[in-house]
Amino acid sequence: MVSESVDIVNAFALLTNFVILPAIAYGSQLALGALAVTLVYSVLRFSNFAQGDSMAFGTMLVILLSGYLISRGWTITGIPTALLVIPVAIIGMAVYLLTMDRLIYRHYRKIKAKSITIVMTSIGVMFITGGIVRFVLGASAQRFEDGERFIFSVREFKAFTGLEQGIALKTSQFLTITIAVLLVAFVFYFLQKTKTGKAMRAYSDNKELALLSGINPDKVVQITWLLVAGLTTIAGALYGLDKGFAPQQYHLLLLPIFASVIVGGIGSPLGAIAGAFLIAFSEALLTYAYKKFLIYLLPLSMHPTSLVQLIGTEYKYAISFVILVIVLLIKPTGLFKGKVIVDE
Amino acid sequence: MAYLEGNNLVAAYGPVPILHECSVEVEKGELAVIVGPNGAGKSTAMKVLLGMLEASSGSVIFDGQDITHLSTQERISLGLAFVPQTKNVFTSMTVQENLEMGGFLRDDDIKHTIQEVYDLFPILYEKRKQNAGELSGGQRQQVAFGRAMMTRPTVMLLDEPTAGVSPIVMDEIFSNILDLKNSGRAVLMVEQNAQQALNIADKGFVLVSGRNEHIGTGKELIADPEVRKKFLGG
Repeated sequence: MVSESVDIVNAFALLTNFVILPAIAYGSQLALGALAVTLVYSVLRFSNFAQGDSMAFGTMLVILLSGYLISRGWTITGIPTALLVIPVAIIGMAVYLLTMDRLIYRHYRKIKAKSITIVMTSIGVMFITGGIVRFVLGASAQRFEDGERFIFSVREFKAFTGLEQGIALKTSQFLTITIAVLLVAFVFYFLQKTKTGKAMRAYSDNKELALLSGINPDKVVQITWLLVAGLTTIAGALYGLDKGFAPQQYHLLLLPIFASVIVGGIGSPLGAIAGAFLIAFSEALLTYAYKKFLIYLLPLSMHPTSLVQLIGTEYKYAISFVILVIVLLIKPTGLFKGKVIVDE
Repeated sequence: MAYLEGNNLVAAYGPVPILHECSVEVEKGELAVIVGPNGAGKSTAMKVLLGMLEASSGSVIFDGQDITHLSTQERISLGLAFVPQTKNVFTSMTVQENLEMGGFLRDDDIKHTIQEVYDLFPILYEKRKQNAGELSGGQRQQVAFGRAMMTRPTVMLLDEPTAGVSPIVMDEIFSNILDLKNSGRAVLMVEQNAQQALNIADKGFVLVSGRNEHIGTGKELIADPEVRKKFLGG
């Protein structure tokens, strides 16, 4: 039954289910990735093009480890096995990133290469990493979530509230949002309050003076990669639980992640998070078909006949770019004033 | 043997030689000044003392110990401290955090030393929660001094501490420097304002093209007609 009068509650239940919740989850996943890019940019002074593929690498580890646990029957009912193996996957990711740093990036730091040179290097690392992932898991898409799929389903919600439109909260969405909040809080606490975190900020602010204060640059670099490993693996795993895993999809995630970082103000952790949600909500709001939503809100005579979709979902990556262009034209420093690296 | 001395230092940036057998030294409780024209190697001499640039020959002796081959960090933990001319504070961090970073190498309680810095520069206590980048030139310089003092150094090296500040602030900074010296530290500074610097200096080194042109007490150098004519404007 379609109601004939204006029905705000159902309209927003609909919007929550199809736009707001998915956008918050997607925004959280982007935010973690963007935070990783920001850390690398601030401390190691280059834009890490390998971020998307690194997230694929971390997710690969999660898939392999959870596959092993499932095959042995070592699972806990109701909890995605992927969640259990994340700590181990983070260690694996950290080993991989530190190895890459030792083999590749360290050399360019040592010879004080220009930032753009290291960026080009990271594109190489991107291809290597993406290649490893495709070699191990293949290029096709797969799902790896198990356990309970919903915290509450549409049917349960409808039965509970008596509304015509239901809201479902997927386990993956709930996990994404909860873990992202905790992780972001931890990273900010770490950077603002701990001695090591402050040393990272000091090193990012003024390398020479950090050295004069006795801060060990090698240690700062290592801690940075450890944080990046955590953020990257968790972001990748959560995105995969939510939307499934496909190497190409992860590779393309680089675009919205970079857009988030730049829109927010490059180098600013807070900006990266704000940017991520801006991008996620723009994508969700612009690609959603509003027909049903408007039917709830408008009198019968004004009901739309078309889908009322502003942009087709196949163009969603273009949205990141358009926002990027607008921000660069109007406020090049981003929403939160970022810092741009100048080669010495 | 002086408390800190650089003996016959030779150093180069890549193929460009900067220092030719240059020597400087400073005693505890003494203020020594390096003056000279632009490009004379004043800052370079300081970098060699700190291990930020390696000397191809010559030696750096600190408290009787040869530290020529120690890293900058090792020298800092021994008791050397450096205030660079520019970019000498962490602009995106608060005054308090700047001081904490200055004491990064220390494992003991640094609160007491932070309090000492606040006692010396009371304005910094008021601004302790502000980012150092938002402070005025003179206040920034105080943060820079404070940061360097956090390791409780016995020698402070200052690179043009009065560059780009107003005459009033300059007087204030010179008086801060005299305080540092009177607290028993050795202070070695590079200074553009040669006249004022030599006035308060116990010892002066006039560097030209990486060589010691004149050495003497501050008063001797000011009185020397040749130094006056060449470097102090007659």
